[in-house]
Amino acid sequence: MTFVRGVLCLVIVLASSWAVAQGTADKGGADTRRSGYQDMGEALQKMQADDTANPGMLFVQLGGQLWGKAAGAAGKSCADCHGGVASMKGVAARYPAIPKGSDSPVDLEGRIDLCRTANQQADRLPSGSRELLALEAYVAHQSRGLPVSPPDDPRLAPFRAHGKDLWQARQGQLNLSCANCHDDNAGRKLAGVTIPQAHPTGYPIYRLEWQTLGSLKRRLRNCLVGIRAEPYAYDAPDYVMLELFLMDRARGMPLESPAVRP
Amino acid sequence: MVNVLINAPKTAKRGSIVEIKALILHPMETGFRPGANGRIIPRNIIERFTATWNGTGIFDMEMSPAIAANPFVSFFAVANESGTIGLRWTGDEGFVVEERIGIAVE
Repeated sequence: MTFVRGVLCLVIVLASSWAVAQGTADKGGADTRRSGYQDMGEALQKMQADDTANPGMLFVQLGGQLWGKAAGAAGKSCADCHGGVASMKGVAARYPAIPKGSDSPVDLEGRIDLCRTANQQADRLPSGSRELLALEAYVAHQSRGLPVSPPDDPRLAPFRAHGKDLWQARQGQLNLSCANCHDDNAGRKLAGVTIPQAHPTGYPIYRLEWQTLGSLKRRLRNCLVGIRAEPYAYDAPDYVMLELFLMDRARGMPLESPAVRP
Repeated sequence: MVNVLINAPKTAKRGSIVEIKALILHPMETGFRPGANGRIIPRNIIERFTATWNGTGIFDMEMSPAIAANPFVSFFAVANESGTIGLRWTGDEGFVVEERIGIAVE
């Protein structure tokens, strides 16, 4: 009996420490999740908040121009099917998702690719290209302020679970997992920089270090190189699975796209 | 396709000081970096930014390769008369961008 009680206590302790590590707002517990925005200096916060000082807005503007521009053999623009961009409100908050007629999830970038290849009959825009990022930023901007709300699609569960496994797996020469930094040591310093909790609420972000807009994939590759692991291939599904897990982890947090980060 | 974001007041009191902020999309390639093929990427920067108020120069700036991409410039001017503020960026590879904004002074 004592043994059973001991095990039960252990389970409770483990469960509560898990809840703390996840920083979720479970039943009465305070939400300890923080966006990277809250850990930036005041100057950068103001830069992000001011739409004429946030360089990400340059790309949103560019995306607006591309939205109305016809492309591909079909000679159609995004606007020809979708109309005004207001129809994209909330889309970025629920991706990655499984598109109709498919059984694997795509992120926003992949969704734009599908539209281009299937509906516009145009070439794919290269991952990380200015045009693709601009369109992504234009669409994501429509969801600014909306809570992250991943779809309740049971087919996503195995992909999300795999993403969680990737998150927790140690890798690279430094033998670190994502969770080692962003769950276990978030808020502490790494080389003088505050380790963020890694909530993907502002992508695509304008990172001052990059001097341009960048995707979550680029950020993840950055982290992988940082722990001296080999980054996944550019079109690897692993990025989407990690994003699925991260978006679920950030469920309910407001989107900031396009965010500014140092 | 050129992208500029300008933040300036549309109206101002005569004699007051107004702040004009301008952000432009530009790579500001330094001319010192090797590309993927090992060759130096040619310099491509904005060399000069000027501002005029009804044609009279109010601000003039020379830019260098050390300035980051998408340069953001903020400056002040005294609002004396209604009219047009002209902003002009010129640089390598024949880069010329001109923008005009109206301001009413009362």
